[in-house]
Amino acid sequence: MTEPILRTRGLTKRFGGLVATDALDFEVATGEVHAVIGPNGAGKTTLLNQLIGELAPDAGAVEFDGRDITRLASWRRALLGLSRSYQITSIFPEFTALENVALAAQARDGHSFGAWRPAITEDRLTNPAAAALDEVGLQSKKTRLAAELAHGERRQLEIAMALVSRPKLLLLDEPMAGMGRHESELMVKLLRSLKERYSMLLVEHDMDAVFALADRITVLVYGRAIASGLPQSIRDSGDVKRAYLGEHYAAH
Amino acid sequence: MTFFPEPLSWRSPRVLAPSLFLLCLGLLPAVTAAIGEPFYVTLAARIVIFALAASGLNLVLGYGNLVSFGHALYVGLGAYVVGILSFHGVTSGWAHLAATVALSGLVAWITGLICLRTSGMAFIMITLAFAQMFYFLGVSLKQYGGDDGLQIAVRSDFAPLSIQSNTGLYYLSLALLLATLYLSWRFVHARFGRVLRGAKSNVRRMRVLGFPVLRYQVAAYAVSGIICGVAGLLLANLTRFASPAYMFWTVSGDLIVMVMLGGIATILGPLVGATVYVILETTLAGYTQHWMLILGPIIVLIALLAKRGLYGFLIR
Repeated sequence: MTEPILRTRGLTKRFGGLVATDALDFEVATGEVHAVIGPNGAGKTTLLNQLIGELAPDAGAVEFDGRDITRLASWRRALLGLSRSYQITSIFPEFTALENVALAAQARDGHSFGAWRPAITEDRLTNPAAAALDEVGLQSKKTRLAAELAHGERRQLEIAMALVSRPKLLLLDEPMAGMGRHESELMVKLLRSLKERYSMLLVEHDMDAVFALADRITVLVYGRAIASGLPQSIRDSGDVKRAYLGEHYAAH
Repeated sequence: MTFFPEPLSWRSPRVLAPSLFLLCLGLLPAVTAAIGEPFYVTLAARIVIFALAASGLNLVLGYGNLVSFGHALYVGLGAYVVGILSFHGVTSGWAHLAATVALSGLVAWITGLICLRTSGMAFIMITLAFAQMFYFLGVSLKQYGGDDGLQIAVRSDFAPLSIQSNTGLYYLSLALLLATLYLSWRFVHARFGRVLRGAKSNVRRMRVLGFPVLRYQVAAYAVSGIICGVAGLLLANLTRFASPAYMFWTVSGDLIVMVMLGGIATILGPLVGATVYVILETTLAGYTQHWMLILGPIIVLIALLAKRGLYGFLIR
Protein backbone atom coordinates (compact mmCIF):
# COMPACT_ATOMS: atom_id res chain seq x y z
CA MET A 1 0.00 0.00 0.00
CA THR A 2 1.14 3.57 -0.70
CA GLU A 3 1.90 6.11 2.00
CA PRO A 4 -1.28 7.26 3.74
CA ILE A 5 -2.35 10.79 2.82
CA LEU A 6 -3.67 11.29 6.34
CA ARG A 7 -2.81 9.65 9.62
CA THR A 8 -3.74 10.30 13.24
CA ARG A 9 -1.77 8.94 16.14
CA GLY A 10 -3.32 8.70 19.60
CA LEU A 11 -5.69 11.54 18.79
CA THR A 12 -7.68 12.46 21.90
CA LYS A 13 -10.34 15.07 22.56
CA ARG A 14 -12.33 15.43 25.76
CA PHE A 15 -15.32 17.65 26.46
CA GLY A 16 -15.46 17.70 30.24
CA GLY A 17 -15.96 14.08 31.25
CA LEU A 18 -16.93 12.99 27.76
CA VAL A 19 -14.23 11.46 25.60
CA ALA A 20 -15.19 12.38 22.04
CA THR A 21 -12.03 11.06 20.43
CA ASP A 22 -10.31 8.30 22.34
CA ALA A 23 -6.63 7.75 21.47
CA LEU A 24 -7.59 7.24 17.87
CA ASP A 25 -5.11 5.74 15.38
CA PHE A 26 -6.58 6.15 11.97
CA GLU A 27 -5.43 6.57 8.42
CA VAL A 28 -6.67 7.32 4.93
CA ALA A 29 -4.60 5.74 2.15
CA THR A 30 -3.76 7.82 -0.89
CA GLY A 31 -6.45 7.38 -3.51
CA GLU A 32 -8.99 5.58 -1.36
CA VAL A 33 -12.45 6.52 -0.24
CA HIS A 34 -12.46 5.86 3.46
CA ALA A 35 -15.86 5.99 5.11
CA VAL A 36 -16.29 6.65 8.81
CA ILE A 37 -19.61 5.46 10.18
CA GLY A 38 -21.00 5.26 13.66
CA PRO A 39 -24.05 6.13 15.72
CA ASN A 40 -24.91 9.72 16.64
CA GLY A 41 -22.45 11.08 19.17
CA ALA A 42 -19.70 8.70 18.08
CA GLY A 43 -17.37 11.65 17.53
CA LYS A 44 -17.35 11.73 13.75
CA THR A 45 -17.74 15.46 13.31
CA THR A 46 -15.40 16.09 16.24
CA LEU A 47 -12.81 14.03 14.37
CA LEU A 48 -13.28 16.08 11.20
CA ASN A 49 -13.04 19.32 13.16
CA GLN A 50 -9.67 18.23 14.53
CA LEU A 51 -8.44 17.16 11.11
CA ILE A 52 -9.28 20.52 9.54
CA GLY A 53 -8.01 22.48 12.54
CA GLU A 54 -11.20 24.04 13.85
CA LEU A 55 -10.76 22.15 17.11
CA ALA A 56 -7.46 21.53 18.89
CA PRO A 57 -6.92 17.97 20.12
CA ASP A 58 -5.96 17.41 23.77
CA ALA A 59 -3.37 14.83 22.81
CA GLY A 60 -2.03 12.98 19.81
CA ALA A 61 -1.01 14.09 16.35
CA VAL A 62 -2.38 14.57 12.86
CA GLU A 63 -0.14 13.98 9.85
CA PHE A 64 -1.12 15.06 6.38
CA ASP A 65 0.87 14.26 3.27
CA GLY A 66 3.86 13.26 5.39
CA ARG A 67 3.79 16.40 7.50
CA ASP A 68 2.75 17.00 11.10
CA ILE A 69 -0.13 19.49 10.97
CA THR A 70 -1.39 19.09 14.54
CA ARG A 71 -0.73 22.73 15.44
CA LEU A 72 -1.38 24.29 12.06
CA ALA A 73 -4.13 26.92 11.60
CA SER A 74 -7.02 25.72 9.48
CA TRP A 75 -6.33 28.15 6.63
CA ARG A 76 -2.79 26.80 6.35
CA ARG A 77 -4.11 23.23 6.22
CA ALA A 78 -6.46 24.27 3.45
CA LEU A 79 -3.54 25.61 1.45
CA LEU A 80 -1.72 22.28 1.89
CA GLY A 81 -4.58 20.56 0.08
CA LEU A 82 -7.13 19.64 2.73
CA SER A 83 -10.68 20.51 1.79
CA ARG A 84 -13.86 20.03 3.74
CA SER A 85 -17.60 20.18 3.26
CA TYR A 86 -20.03 20.64 6.11
CA GLN A 87 -22.93 18.60 7.43
CA ILE A 88 -24.98 21.76 7.70
CA THR A 89 -24.43 23.48 4.39
CA SER A 90 -21.85 26.21 4.78
CA ILE A 91 -21.82 28.53 1.81
CA PHE A 92 -22.05 32.26 1.14
CA PRO A 93 -25.78 32.86 0.65
CA GLU A 94 -25.53 36.42 -0.69
CA PHE A 95 -22.99 35.43 -3.36
CA THR A 96 -23.91 33.80 -6.65
CA ALA A 97 -23.09 30.12 -7.15
CA LEU A 98 -20.23 31.11 -9.43
CA GLU A 99 -18.88 33.61 -6.92
CA ASN A 100 -18.98 31.02 -4.14
CA VAL A 101 -16.72 28.73 -6.12
CA ALA A 102 -14.56 31.57 -7.45
CA LEU A 103 -13.97 32.64 -3.85
CA ALA A 104 -12.78 29.12 -3.06
CA ALA A 105 -10.45 29.32 -6.07
CA GLN A 106 -9.20 32.72 -4.92
CA ALA A 107 -8.00 31.24 -1.62
CA ARG A 108 -5.32 29.22 -3.44
CA ASP A 109 -4.37 31.85 -5.97
CA GLY A 110 -1.87 34.04 -4.17
CA HIS A 111 -2.76 36.99 -1.97
CA SER A 112 -6.13 38.72 -2.12
CA PHE A 113 -5.14 42.32 -1.48
CA GLY A 114 -6.09 43.31 -5.02
CA ALA A 115 -8.39 46.30 -4.69
CA TRP A 116 -8.80 47.53 -8.26
CA ARG A 117 -9.78 44.82 -10.69
CA PRO A 118 -13.30 43.40 -10.30
CA ALA A 119 -12.76 39.82 -9.15
CA ILE A 120 -15.58 38.53 -11.31
CA THR A 121 -13.61 39.53 -14.44
CA GLU A 122 -10.58 37.47 -13.44
CA ASP A 123 -10.64 34.47 -15.75
CA ARG A 124 -8.11 32.60 -13.64
CA LEU A 125 -10.72 32.46 -10.87
CA THR A 126 -13.93 32.39 -12.86
CA ASN A 127 -12.92 29.74 -15.41
CA PRO A 128 -11.97 27.03 -12.92
CA ALA A 129 -15.06 27.95 -10.90
CA ALA A 130 -17.29 27.48 -13.92
CA ALA A 131 -15.58 24.16 -14.69
CA ALA A 132 -16.17 22.94 -11.13
CA LEU A 133 -19.84 23.91 -11.36
CA ASP A 134 -20.07 21.94 -14.62
CA GLU A 135 -18.46 18.99 -12.89
CA VAL A 136 -21.10 18.86 -10.16
CA GLY A 137 -23.98 19.57 -12.54
CA LEU A 138 -24.77 23.14 -11.58
CA GLN A 139 -23.81 24.73 -14.89
CA SER A 140 -27.29 26.21 -15.35
CA LYS A 141 -27.29 27.89 -11.92
CA LYS A 142 -24.09 29.94 -12.14
CA THR A 143 -25.68 33.35 -11.74
CA ARG A 144 -28.20 32.29 -9.12
CA LEU A 145 -27.68 33.51 -5.59
CA ALA A 146 -26.64 30.61 -3.38
CA ALA A 147 -29.51 31.51 -1.04
CA GLU A 148 -31.97 30.70 -3.82
CA LEU A 149 -30.61 27.21 -4.52
CA ALA A 150 -32.50 24.10 -3.45
CA HIS A 151 -31.06 22.05 -0.61
CA GLY A 152 -29.55 19.40 -2.88
CA GLU A 153 -28.06 22.07 -5.11
CA ARG A 154 -26.38 23.74 -2.18
CA ARG A 155 -24.73 20.45 -1.31
CA GLN A 156 -23.52 20.16 -4.90
CA LEU A 157 -22.23 23.71 -4.59
CA GLU A 158 -20.24 22.72 -1.52
CA ILE A 159 -18.65 19.91 -3.45
CA ALA A 160 -17.76 22.32 -6.26
CA MET A 161 -16.14 24.65 -3.73
CA ALA A 162 -14.08 21.73 -2.42
CA LEU A 163 -13.12 20.56 -5.90
CA VAL A 164 -12.01 23.86 -7.39
CA SER A 165 -8.87 23.86 -5.28
CA ARG A 166 -7.86 20.40 -6.56
CA PRO A 167 -7.38 19.15 -3.00
CA LYS A 168 -5.29 16.15 -2.03
CA LEU A 169 -7.94 14.99 0.39
CA LEU A 170 -11.65 15.75 0.58
CA LEU A 171 -13.28 15.61 3.99
CA LEU A 172 -16.99 15.12 3.42
CA ASP A 173 -19.27 15.51 6.41
CA GLU A 174 -22.56 13.77 5.59
CA PRO A 175 -22.92 14.97 2.01
CA MET A 176 -26.31 13.19 1.74
CA ALA A 177 -27.76 14.72 4.91
CA GLY A 178 -31.33 15.92 4.43
CA MET A 179 -31.49 14.73 0.84
CA GLY A 180 -34.32 12.89 -0.81
CA ARG A 181 -33.76 9.53 -2.44
CA HIS A 182 -33.31 10.93 -5.93
CA GLU A 183 -30.92 13.67 -4.79
CA SER A 184 -28.89 11.12 -2.82
CA GLU A 185 -28.53 8.94 -5.87
CA LEU A 186 -27.27 11.89 -7.88
CA MET A 187 -24.77 12.73 -5.15
CA VAL A 188 -23.50 9.15 -5.02
CA LYS A 189 -23.08 9.24 -8.78
CA LEU A 190 -21.19 12.50 -8.52
CA LEU A 191 -18.88 11.28 -5.76
CA ARG A 192 -18.28 8.04 -7.64
CA SER A 193 -17.18 10.03 -10.67
CA LEU A 194 -14.68 11.89 -8.48
CA LYS A 195 -13.34 8.74 -6.86
CA GLU A 196 -10.60 8.15 -9.40
CA ARG A 197 -9.06 11.54 -8.83
CA TYR A 198 -9.39 12.29 -5.13
CA SER A 199 -8.73 10.67 -1.80
CA MET A 200 -11.81 11.08 0.34
CA LEU A 201 -12.78 10.74 3.93
CA LEU A 202 -16.52 10.27 3.97
CA VAL A 203 -18.63 10.60 7.10
CA GLU A 204 -22.10 9.39 6.27
CA HIS A 205 -25.22 7.86 7.76
CA ASP A 206 -26.73 6.70 4.50
CA MET A 207 -25.49 3.09 4.37
CA ASP A 208 -26.45 2.56 0.74
CA ALA A 209 -24.20 5.48 -0.14
CA VAL A 210 -21.39 4.23 2.08
CA PHE A 211 -21.39 0.76 0.59
CA ALA A 212 -21.64 2.18 -2.91
CA LEU A 213 -18.60 4.42 -2.47
CA ALA A 214 -16.22 3.23 0.22
CA ASP A 215 -13.03 1.27 -0.36
CA ARG A 216 -12.60 0.94 3.35
CA ILE A 217 -14.84 1.56 6.34
CA THR A 218 -14.03 2.45 9.92
CA VAL A 219 -16.72 2.12 12.56
CA LEU A 220 -16.47 4.73 15.29
CA VAL A 221 -18.24 4.25 18.62
CA TYR A 222 -17.59 6.60 21.57
CA GLY A 223 -14.52 7.97 19.85
CA ARG A 224 -12.92 4.57 19.32
CA ALA A 225 -12.52 2.64 16.10
CA ILE A 226 -14.24 -0.66 16.93
CA ALA A 227 -13.70 -2.06 13.46
CA SER A 228 -11.92 -1.11 10.28
CA GLY A 229 -11.72 -2.98 7.01
CA LEU A 230 -13.18 -3.71 3.61
CA PRO A 231 -16.91 -3.01 3.21
CA GLN A 232 -17.69 -6.72 2.96
CA SER A 233 -15.99 -7.56 6.24
CA ILE A 234 -17.71 -4.66 7.99
CA ARG A 235 -21.05 -5.79 6.61
CA ASP A 236 -20.41 -9.29 7.88
CA SER A 237 -19.10 -8.35 11.30
CA GLY A 238 -21.51 -9.27 14.08
CA ASP A 239 -20.21 -6.56 16.41
CA VAL A 240 -20.77 -3.87 13.88
CA LYS A 241 -24.26 -5.07 13.13
CA ARG A 242 -25.19 -4.98 16.76
CA ALA A 243 -23.49 -1.66 17.45
CA TYR A 244 -24.72 0.18 14.50
CA LEU A 245 -26.02 -1.21 11.27
CA GLY A 246 -29.32 -2.42 12.71
CA GLU A 247 -31.83 -5.00 11.61
CA HIS A 248 -32.02 -3.98 7.98
CA TYR A 249 -28.42 -4.87 7.26
CA ALA A 250 -28.26 -7.68 9.79
CA ALA A 251 -30.89 -9.48 7.74
CA HIS A 252 -28.76 -9.50 4.59
CA MET B 1 -10.79 48.47 -18.89
CA THR B 2 -14.23 49.59 -17.93
CA PHE B 3 -14.85 52.48 -15.62
CA PHE B 4 -17.54 50.80 -13.55
CA PRO B 5 -16.48 47.80 -11.49
CA GLU B 6 -19.94 46.26 -11.90
CA PRO B 7 -22.06 46.00 -15.02
CA LEU B 8 -24.05 49.25 -15.08
CA SER B 9 -25.35 51.41 -17.86
CA TRP B 10 -24.74 55.18 -17.80
CA ARG B 11 -28.50 55.54 -18.14
CA SER B 12 -29.47 53.43 -15.13
CA PRO B 13 -30.97 55.33 -12.16
CA ARG B 14 -28.15 53.99 -10.05
CA VAL B 15 -25.78 56.10 -12.13
CA LEU B 16 -27.99 59.04 -13.08
CA ALA B 17 -29.32 59.99 -9.64
CA PRO B 18 -25.92 59.99 -7.91
CA SER B 19 -24.34 61.82 -10.87
CA LEU B 20 -26.95 64.54 -10.58
CA PHE B 21 -26.40 64.81 -6.83
CA LEU B 22 -22.64 65.01 -7.28
CA LEU B 23 -23.09 67.66 -9.96
CA CYS B 24 -25.12 69.70 -7.47
CA LEU B 25 -22.33 69.34 -4.93
CA GLY B 26 -19.83 70.48 -7.56
CA LEU B 27 -21.82 73.59 -8.45
CA LEU B 28 -22.79 74.44 -4.89
CA PRO B 29 -20.14 77.14 -4.16
CA ALA B 30 -21.06 79.02 -7.32
CA VAL B 31 -24.74 78.92 -6.42
CA THR B 32 -24.23 80.04 -2.84
CA ALA B 33 -21.97 82.87 -4.00
CA ALA B 34 -24.68 83.97 -6.47
CA ILE B 35 -27.38 84.05 -3.82
CA GLY B 36 -25.05 85.58 -1.27
CA GLU B 37 -25.23 82.85 1.36
CA PRO B 38 -21.60 81.80 1.82
CA PHE B 39 -22.50 80.04 5.06
CA TYR B 40 -23.81 77.14 3.00
CA VAL B 41 -20.32 76.35 1.72
CA THR B 42 -19.19 75.78 5.29
CA LEU B 43 -22.21 73.57 5.88
CA ALA B 44 -21.57 71.62 2.67
CA ALA B 45 -17.91 71.20 3.59
CA ARG B 46 -19.00 69.76 6.91
CA ILE B 47 -21.31 67.34 5.10
CA VAL B 48 -18.59 66.25 2.70
CA ILE B 49 -16.06 65.77 5.50
CA PHE B 50 -18.43 63.68 7.59
CA ALA B 51 -19.41 61.72 4.48
CA LEU B 52 -15.73 60.92 4.02
CA ALA B 53 -15.43 59.68 7.61
CA ALA B 54 -18.66 57.69 7.34
CA SER B 55 -17.44 56.08 4.10
CA GLY B 56 -14.29 55.03 5.87
CA LEU B 57 -16.33 53.48 8.66
CA ASN B 58 -18.68 51.83 6.17
CA LEU B 59 -15.80 49.83 4.69
CA VAL B 60 -15.45 47.81 7.87
CA LEU B 61 -18.93 48.30 9.35
CA GLY B 62 -20.90 47.72 6.17
CA TYR B 63 -18.78 45.39 4.11
CA GLY B 64 -17.06 43.56 6.94
CA ASN B 65 -19.77 43.61 9.61
CA LEU B 66 -17.12 44.88 12.02
CA VAL B 67 -19.09 47.19 14.28
CA SER B 68 -16.46 49.69 15.35
CA PHE B 69 -17.72 52.07 17.97
CA GLY B 70 -14.45 53.96 18.02
CA HIS B 71 -13.81 55.50 14.64
CA ALA B 72 -13.91 59.01 16.11
CA LEU B 73 -10.43 58.13 17.34
CA TYR B 74 -9.03 58.46 13.81
CA VAL B 75 -10.94 61.68 13.12
CA GLY B 76 -9.32 63.03 16.27
CA LEU B 77 -5.87 61.83 15.25
CA GLY B 78 -6.11 63.67 11.93
CA ALA B 79 -7.27 66.81 13.70
CA TYR B 80 -4.47 66.66 16.28
CA VAL B 81 -1.84 66.10 13.59
CA VAL B 82 -2.86 69.42 12.03
CA GLY B 83 -3.16 71.12 15.42
CA ILE B 84 0.13 69.94 16.86
CA LEU B 85 2.23 70.30 13.71
CA SER B 86 0.84 73.80 13.11
CA PHE B 87 1.52 74.68 16.76
CA HIS B 88 5.18 73.80 16.13
CA GLY B 89 5.30 75.81 12.93
CA VAL B 90 4.92 73.00 10.41
CA THR B 91 2.21 74.38 8.14
CA SER B 92 2.70 72.24 5.02
CA GLY B 93 -0.54 70.45 4.26
CA TRP B 94 1.32 67.68 2.49
CA ALA B 95 3.33 67.04 5.66
CA HIS B 96 0.06 67.07 7.62
CA LEU B 97 -1.43 64.60 5.18
CA ALA B 98 1.58 62.27 5.27
CA ALA B 99 1.67 62.34 9.07
CA THR B 100 -2.08 61.74 9.28
CA VAL B 101 -1.96 58.77 6.94
CA ALA B 102 1.03 57.28 8.76
CA LEU B 103 -0.29 57.86 12.27
CA SER B 104 -3.92 56.84 11.76
CA GLY B 105 -2.83 53.84 9.68
CA LEU B 106 -0.39 52.74 12.35
CA VAL B 107 -2.83 53.20 15.25
CA ALA B 108 -5.62 51.46 13.33
CA TRP B 109 -3.31 48.61 12.38
CA ILE B 110 -2.13 48.05 15.96
CA THR B 111 -5.53 48.43 17.62
CA GLY B 112 -7.09 46.40 14.80
CA LEU B 113 -4.71 43.53 15.50
CA ILE B 114 -5.98 43.51 19.08
CA CYS B 115 -9.69 44.27 18.50
CA LEU B 116 -10.13 41.85 15.61
CA ARG B 117 -9.21 38.88 17.76
CA THR B 118 -12.62 39.38 19.30
CA SER B 119 -16.00 39.71 17.66
CA GLY B 120 -19.54 40.85 18.40
CA MET B 121 -20.06 42.75 21.63
CA ALA B 122 -16.44 42.43 22.74
CA PHE B 123 -15.29 44.04 19.50
CA ILE B 124 -17.67 46.97 19.99
CA MET B 125 -16.45 47.46 23.56
CA ILE B 126 -12.73 47.27 22.74
CA THR B 127 -12.99 49.74 19.87
CA LEU B 128 -14.91 52.07 22.18
CA ALA B 129 -12.28 51.64 24.90
CA PHE B 130 -9.42 52.54 22.55
CA ALA B 131 -11.22 55.66 21.37
CA GLN B 132 -11.92 56.77 24.93
CA MET B 133 -8.27 56.16 25.87
CA PHE B 134 -7.18 58.55 23.14
CA TYR B 135 -9.89 61.00 24.16
CA PHE B 136 -8.44 61.19 27.65
CA LEU B 137 -4.94 61.32 26.21
CA GLY B 138 -6.09 64.45 24.31
CA VAL B 139 -7.55 65.90 27.52
CA SER B 140 -4.28 65.28 29.34
CA LEU B 141 -2.14 67.11 26.76
CA LYS B 142 -2.05 70.38 28.70
CA GLN B 143 0.55 71.96 26.43
CA TYR B 144 -1.86 71.47 23.54
CA GLY B 145 -4.88 72.95 25.24
CA GLY B 146 -6.00 69.91 27.22
CA ASP B 147 -9.74 69.91 27.64
CA ASP B 148 -10.22 73.14 25.69
CA GLY B 149 -8.47 71.91 22.57
CA LEU B 150 -6.08 73.69 20.32
CA GLN B 151 -6.66 76.70 18.07
CA ILE B 152 -5.19 76.46 14.57
CA ALA B 153 -3.97 79.88 13.46
CA VAL B 154 -3.59 79.19 9.73
CA ARG B 155 -5.03 76.39 7.62
CA SER B 156 -2.72 73.74 6.16
CA ASP B 157 -0.72 74.94 3.18
CA PHE B 158 -1.40 72.59 0.28
CA ALA B 159 0.69 74.55 -2.24
CA PRO B 160 0.08 74.78 -5.16
CA LEU B 161 -3.52 74.31 -4.04
CA SER B 162 -5.04 76.61 -1.47
CA ILE B 163 -7.65 75.84 1.14
CA GLN B 164 -7.46 79.24 2.85
CA SER B 165 -10.90 80.03 1.46
CA ASN B 166 -13.87 77.89 2.45
CA THR B 167 -14.49 77.17 -1.20
CA GLY B 168 -10.95 75.87 -1.67
CA LEU B 169 -11.30 73.64 1.37
CA TYR B 170 -14.68 72.47 0.13
CA TYR B 171 -13.32 71.46 -3.25
CA LEU B 172 -10.35 69.63 -1.77
CA SER B 173 -12.70 67.73 0.55
CA LEU B 174 -15.06 66.93 -2.30
CA ALA B 175 -12.21 65.69 -4.50
CA LEU B 176 -10.95 63.44 -1.69
CA LEU B 177 -14.47 62.16 -1.06
CA LEU B 178 -15.09 61.35 -4.72
CA ALA B 179 -11.74 59.58 -5.00
CA THR B 180 -12.52 57.59 -1.86
CA LEU B 181 -15.98 56.63 -3.05
CA TYR B 182 -14.72 55.49 -6.43
CA LEU B 183 -11.82 53.53 -4.94
CA SER B 184 -14.16 51.97 -2.36
CA TRP B 185 -16.46 50.92 -5.16
CA ARG B 186 -13.58 49.20 -6.93
CA PHE B 187 -12.32 47.73 -3.65
CA VAL B 188 -15.66 46.15 -2.81
CA HIS B 189 -15.83 44.29 -6.11
CA ALA B 190 -12.16 43.34 -6.22
CA ARG B 191 -10.53 40.36 -4.52
CA PHE B 192 -9.95 42.23 -1.28
CA GLY B 193 -13.57 43.35 -0.94
CA ARG B 194 -14.79 39.89 -1.82
CA VAL B 195 -12.72 38.42 1.02
CA LEU B 196 -14.08 41.02 3.43
CA ARG B 197 -17.68 40.35 2.34
CA GLY B 198 -17.07 36.62 2.54
CA ALA B 199 -15.83 36.95 6.12
CA LYS B 200 -18.92 39.00 6.96
CA SER B 201 -21.10 36.22 5.63
CA ASN B 202 -19.31 33.13 6.96
CA VAL B 203 -15.97 33.66 8.66
CA ARG B 204 -15.47 30.04 9.63
CA ARG B 205 -15.90 28.90 6.06
CA MET B 206 -13.40 31.50 4.90
CA ARG B 207 -10.71 30.04 7.15
CA VAL B 208 -11.39 26.51 6.00
CA LEU B 209 -11.21 27.68 2.39
CA GLY B 210 -7.67 28.84 3.16
CA PHE B 211 -7.98 32.56 3.88
CA PRO B 212 -5.96 34.11 6.72
CA VAL B 213 -9.02 36.23 7.50
CA LEU B 214 -7.48 38.33 10.27
CA ARG B 215 -4.84 39.72 7.90
CA TYR B 216 -7.43 41.06 5.50
CA GLN B 217 -9.63 42.44 8.24
CA VAL B 218 -6.72 44.24 9.88
CA ALA B 219 -5.66 45.73 6.54
CA ALA B 220 -9.22 46.90 5.83
CA TYR B 221 -9.44 48.32 9.34
CA ALA B 222 -6.23 50.29 8.77
CA VAL B 223 -7.51 51.66 5.44
CA SER B 224 -10.75 52.63 7.12
CA GLY B 225 -8.81 54.38 9.91
CA ILE B 226 -6.72 56.30 7.38
CA ILE B 227 -9.84 57.59 5.61
CA CYS B 228 -11.26 58.80 8.91
CA GLY B 229 -7.89 60.35 9.75
CA VAL B 230 -7.95 62.36 6.53
CA ALA B 231 -11.51 63.45 7.36
CA GLY B 232 -10.18 64.64 10.72
CA LEU B 233 -7.44 66.63 9.00
CA LEU B 234 -10.07 68.37 6.87
CA LEU B 235 -12.38 68.93 9.83
CA ALA B 236 -9.64 70.61 11.84
CA ASN B 237 -8.96 72.88 8.88
CA LEU B 238 -12.63 73.71 8.56
CA THR B 239 -13.07 74.60 12.22
CA ARG B 240 -9.46 75.78 12.75
CA PHE B 241 -9.61 73.78 15.88
CA ALA B 242 -8.45 70.42 17.22
CA SER B 243 -10.22 69.19 20.29
CA PRO B 244 -10.56 66.01 22.33
CA ALA B 245 -14.30 66.35 21.66
CA TYR B 246 -13.65 65.06 18.12
CA MET B 247 -12.68 61.73 19.69
CA PHE B 248 -15.57 61.52 22.13
CA TRP B 249 -17.69 58.39 21.83
CA THR B 250 -20.74 60.31 20.65
CA VAL B 251 -18.87 61.21 17.47
CA SER B 252 -18.30 57.48 16.82
CA GLY B 253 -22.03 57.05 17.38
CA ASP B 254 -22.85 59.87 14.93
CA LEU B 255 -20.75 58.15 12.27
CA ILE B 256 -22.57 54.85 12.79
CA VAL B 257 -25.92 56.66 12.57
CA MET B 258 -24.88 58.33 9.31
CA VAL B 259 -23.95 54.98 7.79
CA MET B 260 -27.16 53.31 8.94
CA LEU B 261 -29.33 56.26 7.96
CA GLY B 262 -27.89 56.54 4.47
CA GLY B 263 -27.57 52.85 3.75
CA ILE B 264 -25.13 50.37 5.23
CA ALA B 265 -22.94 48.48 2.78
CA THR B 266 -23.76 50.79 -0.10
CA ILE B 267 -21.10 53.02 -1.63
CA LEU B 268 -23.17 56.21 -1.60
CA GLY B 269 -25.15 55.50 1.56
CA PRO B 270 -22.67 57.27 3.87
CA LEU B 271 -22.83 60.41 1.71
CA VAL B 272 -26.63 60.39 1.80
CA GLY B 273 -26.59 59.70 5.53
CA ALA B 274 -24.09 62.46 6.31
CA THR B 275 -26.08 64.92 4.18
CA VAL B 276 -29.35 64.21 5.92
CA TYR B 277 -27.79 64.02 9.38
CA VAL B 278 -25.83 67.27 9.18
CA ILE B 279 -28.73 69.18 7.60
CA LEU B 280 -31.23 67.91 10.17
CA GLU B 281 -28.80 68.63 12.98
CA THR B 282 -28.23 72.20 11.76
CA THR B 283 -31.87 73.04 11.03
CA LEU B 284 -33.32 71.42 14.13
CA ALA B 285 -30.68 72.97 16.37
CA GLY B 286 -31.97 76.33 15.10
CA TYR B 287 -35.37 75.65 16.61
CA THR B 288 -34.52 73.94 19.86
CA GLN B 289 -31.49 72.81 21.77
CA HIS B 290 -33.26 69.50 22.36
CA TRP B 291 -33.03 68.69 18.65
CA MET B 292 -32.12 65.08 19.38
CA LEU B 293 -35.73 64.66 20.56
CA ILE B 294 -36.85 65.20 16.97
CA LEU B 295 -33.91 63.57 15.20
CA GLY B 296 -34.23 60.41 17.30
CA PRO B 297 -37.70 59.40 16.06
CA ILE B 298 -36.72 60.22 12.47
CA ILE B 299 -33.80 57.82 12.74
CA VAL B 300 -36.03 55.16 14.25
CA LEU B 301 -38.54 55.57 11.41
CA ILE B 302 -35.91 55.27 8.72
CA ALA B 303 -34.32 52.28 10.41
CA LEU B 304 -37.70 50.55 10.55
CA LEU B 305 -38.89 51.44 7.06
CA ALA B 306 -35.76 51.16 4.97
CA LYS B 307 -33.53 48.18 5.62
CA ARG B 308 -30.75 49.58 3.51
CA GLY B 309 -31.26 53.15 4.63
CA LEU B 310 -32.34 56.09 2.55
CA TYR B 311 -30.11 55.22 -0.38
CA GLY B 312 -31.47 51.68 -0.53
CA PHE B 313 -34.99 53.12 -0.25
CA LEU B 314 -34.54 55.67 -3.05
CA ILE B 315 -32.57 53.51 -5.46
CA ARG B 316 -33.23 49.82 -5.56
